[in-house]
Amino acid sequence: MTVAKPTLEIPRSPLHRLPGGSQVIVAAFLLAGCVFLAIGSARSALFAQETVSGLASGGIYASLAVALVLIYRATEVVNFSQGAIATFTTYVAWQLMQWGISYWPAFVLTLALAFVGGIALERVAIRPVERASQLTVVIVSIGLLIAIEGAVGWIWSSQIRFMPSAFPIHPIHLGGVSFSLEDVGTIGVTIGAVVLLWAFFRFTKIGLAMRASATHPDAARLVGVRVSWMLALGWGFAAVLGAVSGMLAAASPSVLLQPSMMDGVLIYAFAAAVLGGLESPAGAVVGGLAIGVTLNLLASYVGFVTPQLLLPAAFVLMLGILLIKPSGLFGRPKVRKV
Amino acid sequence: MRAASRLLVIAATAAVIAWLPLQLSDYNRMQGASVAVYFIAILGLDILTGYAGQISIGNGAFMAIGGYTTAILTVHHGWTDVTTIPLAALAGFACGVVVGLPALRLSGAYLALLTFAVALAVPQIALNYSGFTGGNQGLPLPAHSGLWLYAVSWAASAILLVLAWLVLRGRTGRAFRAVRDSEIAAAASGVSLSIHKALAFGISAAYAAVAGSLLVLVNSFINPQMFGLTLSLYILIGAAVGGLGSLWGVLVGAIFVQLLPSGLQSTQVFHAAESVPVIFGVFLVVVMLVFPGGATQVLRIAGGVTRRVTRRRAAPEV
Repeated sequence: MTVAKPTLEIPRSPLHRLPGGSQVIVAAFLLAGCVFLAIGSARSALFAQETVSGLASGGIYASLAVALVLIYRATEVVNFSQGAIATFTTYVAWQLMQWGISYWPAFVLTLALAFVGGIALERVAIRPVERASQLTVVIVSIGLLIAIEGAVGWIWSSQIRFMPSAFPIHPIHLGGVSFSLEDVGTIGVTIGAVVLLWAFFRFTKIGLAMRASATHPDAARLVGVRVSWMLALGWGFAAVLGAVSGMLAAASPSVLLQPSMMDGVLIYAFAAAVLGGLESPAGAVVGGLAIGVTLNLLASYVGFVTPQLLLPAAFVLMLGILLIKPSGLFGRPKVRKV
Repeated sequence: MRAASRLLVIAATAAVIAWLPLQLSDYNRMQGASVAVYFIAILGLDILTGYAGQISIGNGAFMAIGGYTTAILTVHHGWTDVTTIPLAALAGFACGVVVGLPALRLSGAYLALLTFAVALAVPQIALNYSGFTGGNQGLPLPAHSGLWLYAVSWAASAILLVLAWLVLRGRTGRAFRAVRDSEIAAAASGVSLSIHKALAFGISAAYAAVAGSLLVLVNSFINPQMFGLTLSLYILIGAAVGGLGSLWGVLVGAIFVQLLPSGLQSTQVFHAAESVPVIFGVFLVVVMLVFPGGATQVLRIAGGVTRRVTRRRAAPEV
């Protein structure tokens, strides 16, 4: 008689898992999208132009989406005040320029102020509810949204202002297609901001500490990372990205500088973040660009889609993603523990 | 509170609400009717968020559904405006269930995002199909006297409050609370998550739709701006300030949301209208930081203190 030897099964860590079927599908899907855009752009100048300006709006959505993802990854909270913070910092930049500071110094100064302001906001309003239920934190962030947007209207009035652009308006010509320099500049600045942030997370010690406290807060605390401060830093960086997004959005022709200017952009950024999986910064960038291009092409090629219907279209997109693949393109499916 | 004293408080509140219009000017009766509109909307959100534990930031959108049902039937099809309210409730219920369906698979953050998008998307749709909805210019409706509006809206509030109480005290209410407290435990005890989440969304949206119809009647006018993001957020503020999961808190929240802005405007302190959102927002944050249970928690603490004081006087506690 033989006794069955108890076998010890070692659970494999998710890191060792090979790319699954869904990842291949996602890659194929993205590749198909790129091929479609490339062929379309090669065949039609208008299509190329619309694609580039879609990418420019997409860059704006992407930087706000990455800001949302930064905070969501660390605390599982969606920050509804992200758009309002961006609006506030954009007005700060506008005010600095009114005082006679030229564009790029004002831009950099605004980013610095946004960083400090984001950290201060986290310390004052979010830290006390760090351990509270998710509902409480969501309501606090909505309170911040109302207060900050209200403060913008209170300080600067709800009159529409004109935000100068960093880039010249005149178009550049490239093989029969004319692109606006502003679109190209917007894409460049947003991609640059995201890459800088990625490098910071990847190559610096503080970046490592921030990643550690986002994924394993308790373990990070044990090795001496000040987790709570890392969350505050995350808010600071999110505010910086929001400021980039706000300043570029206000200069674009489709968004006017007024207190509610980021409400719509916030929805597109939400859709982008959801498409990317809500936990993946790279996903948020891809999602943002995809949403920007999709909406722009919808508006120019589908007859009944008027500018008013773009927000509902973004909602439908979001609903579709959440129903078909709630974890987005790059997210991991959620596992619930009993 | 014992049952008898609770009944007494309810009767007294009802009496005050019934007596109040006799003392007020016609303008203030309209204000009273607006409090009832917020009361119904906040009640609907409280059923969803306070009892069933599902977040919605988009109840203003369901108010738009109700409001446009009433306006279009009255203006284009010649209905009497009051008779459209049940139909508005039905339309709201249907839309609520549709938005609630994704809630079966989503939770927390995702649901909040989705309902936030609904709040912004619905007014845009109304703006787009302007032939139907009047677009930006809106649609005018027949006007009513302040007394009529006060009576109709508080009668609707009373009916809906009783209905809410009946639903929440019974089997369905227990199921809602079970879903709120632990989805896994609820499912394990045989409570169907999908049915109850969709039902909670439907009921909440039906309440919001009735509130939207009444809002249109009170203003005798409708346009998409009335149902912007601000409205959705004000409903949430009212529910949070009053205290989630308490029917008494709803009244406090409704009075707060309606009367604070007009009170501030009449006192002329700060910069009147522009400061209202700032004060609301800061107040909401402070309430959540200090008393997450809202006014209900404050009342409960106050009640606990007085009870402890009186008991100590009678017989010192060990």
